Amino acid sequence: MRLQYPTDVRVIQLPCSGRVDILHLLKAFEDGADGVYVAGCMEGDCHFLTGNYKARRKVEYVKKVLDSLGIEPERIEMYNMSSAEGPRFAQVANEFTERIRELGPSPVAADQAA
Amino acid sequence: MIVGDTKPLEEILAMIEGRPKVLVLGCRGCVTVCNVGGEKEVGILATALRIARKKNRQEPSIDEMTLERQCDPEYIEELAEVAENYDAIVSIACGVGPQFVAERYPGVAVFPGINTTFIGGALEHGVWAERCQSCGNCLVHNFGGLCPIARCSKSLMNGPCGGSAGGNCEISPDVPCVWDQIVKKMEAMGRLEELERVWPDKNWLTARDGGPRQRVREDLKQ
Repeated sequence: MRLQYPTDVRVIQLPCSGRVDILHLLKAFEDGADGVYVAGCMEGDCHFLTGNYKARRKVEYVKKVLDSLGIEPERIEMYNMSSAEGPRFAQVANEFTERIRELGPSPVAADQAA
Repeated sequence: MIVGDTKPLEEILAMIEGRPKVLVLGCRGCVTVCNVGGEKEVGILATALRIARKKNRQEPSIDEMTLERQCDPEYIEELAEVAENYDAIVSIACGVGPQFVAERYPGVAVFPGINTTFIGGALEHGVWAERCQSCGNCLVHNFGGLCPIARCSKSLMNGPCGGSAGGNCEISPDVPCVWDQIVKKMEAMGRLEELERVWPDKNWLTARDGGPRQRVREDLKQ
């Protein structure tokens, strides 16, 4: 399909979005990620039945943690898409990158001016 | 198990403010089982605190450690070589943990990172309910295995009261009336007549009303 999406999106593959852990998501922010999104399967289509629902709940948990820390909760999001939806993957990557660009760099990022 | 709940991050951040070197200390006992103070939760809390420090351009020196238990001196001893290196230890064990650590290492400021809530069990993954109030004189066998002390809002020994309606307690429609459950259970077991017994006032001296409690087993004592 040769679809284009921003080069600053780093894809980390997991066997199921349900494997995502709160700690994985927080570690990304600790290491300076400006934003993190989880791309899970369509709701109701999880091969393991509820993996994507669990991922969504973990994303919601991390949103609350970020809020408590004074970091915009919009920097983390859960998206659902089918593995047959290449264009949707690229669209979400573009959308989310645009959202983060508007928010600016993470206040945690090491290269930020003090 | 002893069940706890996380403290708001803002509260913990206020505790450790102005204390550069911090150790988040977990416990592999009850609080691991109720997902609030084990190795995993140590990682999550420590990471969140490091994020907060990095955001404020402070040195994120937050270390992690989890002990087998924090309610036995032999495990607290594992901190002997490192405790003095910290300006604060945040214990996410039940209320026993921070006290044992503070007593053993008087020079270190120790803070509780969780709220200890009750003695209970898991109804399902992620849901816990109170089942025991440690009154010191267990009587559940008289009530079909259901504890009226811990599970009745008024701890009534001779229930139900007039606030029981539709199987629920008057304090909230989400709280089942344990006396309703006791009557139904005893009836199903063919033991309803046992509830005709009138219980006199309970002697609360075995509970907290008798002051702080201590148990000594002479045969085990060194």
